[in-house]
Amino acid sequence: MTYTAAKPQNAETSEQLRARIPGWGADLDPDDRPSVPRERYDPGATGAHWDFPERQPEKWPRERSPEHKFLTPVFGTACPPRGVSGAIRKYAYTYSEGRAAHWLLLIAGDRVDAIENHLTSLLTLHPDNPITQTGVLSEFTRHGVRSRLGQRRTDLKHQALDPVIVVGPWIAAGAAAYLTLRKLTRGSRRG
Amino acid sequence: MRAMVYRGPYKVRVQEKDVPAIEHPNDAIVRVSLAAICGSDLHLYHGMMPDTRVGMTFGHEFIGVVDQVGSSVQNLKPGDRVMVPFNVYCGSCYFCARGLYANCHNVNPNATAVGGIYGYSHTCGGYDGGQAEYVRVPFADVGPGLIPDWMDDEDAVLLTDALSTGYFGAQLADIREGDVVVVFGAGPVGLYAAKSAWLMGAGRVIVIDHLQYRLDKARSFAHAETYNFVEYDDIVVHLKKITEYLGADAAIDAVGAEADGNFLQHVTSAKLKLQGGSPVALNWAIDSVRKGGTVSVMGAYGPMFSAVKFGDAMNKGLTLRMNQCPVKRQWPRLFEHIRNGYLKPSDIVTHRIPLEHIAEGYHIFSAKLDNCIKPLIVPTAS
Repeated sequence: MTYTAAKPQNAETSEQLRARIPGWGADLDPDDRPSVPRERYDPGATGAHWDFPERQPEKWPRERSPEHKFLTPVFGTACPPRGVSGAIRKYAYTYSEGRAAHWLLLIAGDRVDAIENHLTSLLTLHPDNPITQTGVLSEFTRHGVRSRLGQRRTDLKHQALDPVIVVGPWIAAGAAAYLTLRKLTRGSRRG
Repeated sequence: MRAMVYRGPYKVRVQEKDVPAIEHPNDAIVRVSLAAICGSDLHLYHGMMPDTRVGMTFGHEFIGVVDQVGSSVQNLKPGDRVMVPFNVYCGSCYFCARGLYANCHNVNPNATAVGGIYGYSHTCGGYDGGQAEYVRVPFADVGPGLIPDWMDDEDAVLLTDALSTGYFGAQLADIREGDVVVVFGAGPVGLYAAKSAWLMGAGRVIVIDHLQYRLDKARSFAHAETYNFVEYDDIVVHLKKITEYLGADAAIDAVGAEADGNFLQHVTSAKLKLQGGSPVALNWAIDSVRKGGTVSVMGAYGPMFSAVKFGDAMNKGLTLRMNQCPVKRQWPRLFEHIRNGYLKPSDIVTHRIPLEHIAEGYHIFSAKLDNCIKPLIVPTAS
């Protein structure tokens, strides 16, 4: 019991557990586990046959953390920054990872990026389709109701917010456009 | 090629993209034969991870066949069947030389606080991922491993992250014979962590979640004792009661940034993005573990601040251990455990979804429909 020195007993002994659970105790020795010790100096174990990797060509000014001395020799080349979101992101990388401004600007850049791309898609033959892209039709084919009804799932309390997050920015943008247009129209009538 | 593409929060589609090219002499191009959606992909899908760009292809759990290799690749050749750890890593930097493959310093220019991860935002290096027909794999001589002939593809793909991470999480919990281990979260990583805790000699393994079908799986797959936190006024008090008011010796957070159980924490993080993540499970872990115990954090959190109860952790003298998993370090031992029949990773797979239907896959996984635990993605070209 906790208020005295002895540790509370488990319901099953090690022997009983070994008999019941396949592999029980196969990694019993704490010093004989793959991640022990945490740091194990063995540079020859990785397969690398270089001291410092050859540098990958930099095809555009690659954004990087000011906490790095230089551009890392290898990097991802997906989705180069562009547009307003790209400018926000490049600016975000003037701040270190230790600054909230860095992350908040990146999150703002993400939201602007989504808006830019949604608007641009409307000018293409493949505009964004919120029905197919959200996969919401699976609600009808994958037991949307049965998966929730009577399940006492605590995530149901906030799942109702998800459509608001998806559709909300569009409604807000529409409302802003309407109000702006109305203001301009009234202004021109007065003039 | 066909590839999954992110279109903004809660929206993805499949579209044509260029087949990736060799960009470095040690690159390989891999034709993906099987991929998976990871629980941490949902943080990207929900727009929580800073610098997740529209147009990016997600996917850090994948296996495939080598299609092309760069001029300096020595260990792989076209036609080889490979499993690719989620870590992109060079094998030669300060951290890689010490086995910290998840913390490589040579692959992620965007951040020093995290290494490179396939398909996991520019914060993790800006690499396209494997939910596509082809993927660029940097440092082909270092990361990928040949899939043994005896291994199932579904087992192999789960070794690239989920199983390795769960097993790693149990190791970080520093489990000793007879320890009481509580695992928060009965998703794939939590199930594997619970199962792994027995391998390390746990005397009692308890799993906590709010999804009953996942708790049922924790009992059948991981032989765990389970509790649905919705049924208790205060799950921490309940855990104290069932451990004679001592608390667990070790707790594993296998939930991460979108933890439920506290509406305010969840909404301020997952919906409003005002925190790096909802630390409900982590706080429960801190509060339910015994004084002097260990908390292992496997759940993924965003890089921003989160409202974590460090005061309790300090006052209780806890050891907090965490990292992204250095996947390839786990493989030799996990291969043994699979061959010995101790682990059958694919037992938790619930859905096999064609790449063309990946938007439905994300919704099913995100909304927890159809008793979904682990969805795999089958690319068209495979």
